[in-house]
Amino acid sequence: MSKQVPLVDYLVLDGPDGSAHLAAQECVSCQAHFFDHRIACASCEGEEFRTVDVPTEGELRTFTIVSFAAPGIAVPFVAAVVDCGGTSVRANIVNTPPDPEHVRLGMKVRLALTTVGTDAAGVEAVGFGFEPVA
Amino acid sequence: MTDNVWILGIHMTKFGKHKTLDTLDLGAQAARGALRDAGLTMRDVGVLGAGNLIGNAAGFGQELQKQIGQTGIPVFNVANACATGATALRVAIMAIKAGETDVGMAVGVEKLSGAGLLGGNTRAADADTWTPEGRQGAVAPLDGRIGTETMPGVFAQVGMEYGHRYGGTSFELFARISEKNHAHSTLNPLASYQKRFTLDQIMNDVMVSYPNTRAMCSANCDGGAAAVVVSERYLRTLSPEQQRRAVKISASVLTSDPWQEACQVLPDVNTLTRRAAEQAYEAAGVGPEDLDLVELHDCFATAELVHYDNLKLCEPGNAVDFFNSGATWRDGSTPVNVSGGLESKGHPVSATGIANIWEVATHLRGEAGDRQIEGARVGLAHVIGIGSACGVHILEKAAA
Repeated sequence: MSKQVPLVDYLVLDGPDGSAHLAAQECVSCQAHFFDHRIACASCEGEEFRTVDVPTEGELRTFTIVSFAAPGIAVPFVAAVVDCGGTSVRANIVNTPPDPEHVRLGMKVRLALTTVGTDAAGVEAVGFGFEPVA
Repeated sequence: MTDNVWILGIHMTKFGKHKTLDTLDLGAQAARGALRDAGLTMRDVGVLGAGNLIGNAAGFGQELQKQIGQTGIPVFNVANACATGATALRVAIMAIKAGETDVGMAVGVEKLSGAGLLGGNTRAADADTWTPEGRQGAVAPLDGRIGTETMPGVFAQVGMEYGHRYGGTSFELFARISEKNHAHSTLNPLASYQKRFTLDQIMNDVMVSYPNTRAMCSANCDGGAAAVVVSERYLRTLSPEQQRRAVKISASVLTSDPWQEACQVLPDVNTLTRRAAEQAYEAAGVGPEDLDLVELHDCFATAELVHYDNLKLCEPGNAVDFFNSGATWRDGSTPVNVSGGLESKGHPVSATGIANIWEVATHLRGEAGDRQIEGARVGLAHVIGIGSACGVHILEKAAA
């Protein structure tokens, strides 16, 4: 099997149970979640953080269908915010046609891995999106 | 109240394509126009707030002074995204309130014609080998892979989120908001576009980021705006005509976004606007029902809807019904964006936060010509700079 790297460091490809998930930095004092490291919490100024798993299923809170983007970005695609058990996650909606008939506010979605590409050393970069729960 | 600050002079250039005028020319025209309107010269001005985001690496304010008068006064070059103009004005007002001077000027200018899509793809193309970069260890550009960084896409989600929360929104509803603003602009000779569009034309225009088509996005254009503000004490030394045309700044508020769950995932343009509005109404001693007109930050049609609610023009959650009632058309109970708004008047970023104040002030002075809101006495101007910054100003006509 070829080597893989995650698109971002908060995507965990091989969790303890072998499944992929997102990981947030949680403020120990107020439980605010962040997707990068922090010196202090933006909510409560706490300085202690722990890594927590983000639920892999959620609800589509908002979206847009991007038809016009910067050069080199394939369109159309669905950009969205998914509410994963109280943690909001920015992601694309994947594995469904990018139109308002198939993408609906409030629909249930789950984490899905995507292929970003393979580099010169043969390493595959793995990204994520959310797909409708059938 | 003797510590009130007043607009003595204010000016907005034509918004649109200015092929022969550069940033400094537009800034100088705006500044000279505001001074002429005030009946003052640069020698009377004690502080300058200056805003320009694109095209001026060095101090814009100092470069501008070299065009209009180098008097040695302090210059504050400010940047606050689309709230830059309002921030420059806020600086001049604060200096007067602090007692440092009796006369301040604020100038905002942008050359944006043909700028295209704003935001997006902030990182260079993929490298040969995956190398984590930045605070999230990204091995490739994230725009388009993890959501969108484009402004039309961000604000589309802002409007759709409101729909998810309260219901009632649709592609057509958002398009109707744009229809209103384009219709309003036909009466504004300074607007970039003065063309009425049918609902069909708007909905069938090029889709940029659903539900925002091109006609529902702010128009990139060139333009400048400037204001001369004075202390009440100073105003009372001036001619009756200057005092009659002066416009009272009953509230001048600037907020940034307080932490909210999700605010770092999708910018929260709501909470800071609600806070700014609350502070402004409190400071001015007026309520939303007292407003004769509102210029709010319709950078996209989807944004205008949420700000009806954020500025408390309607009951919480009731923005759709409020719009459908016709309240925000120029003959409605709370006319919104009678200038044509950013979608039609245009959005030269740093100028916008002063230009919207010019629009309100011009109605309060009874000088808005064909688009005059008759009898206007109180108005509100609102801007949002993503990131975020929110400026809210409440203006009142001088007592007769």
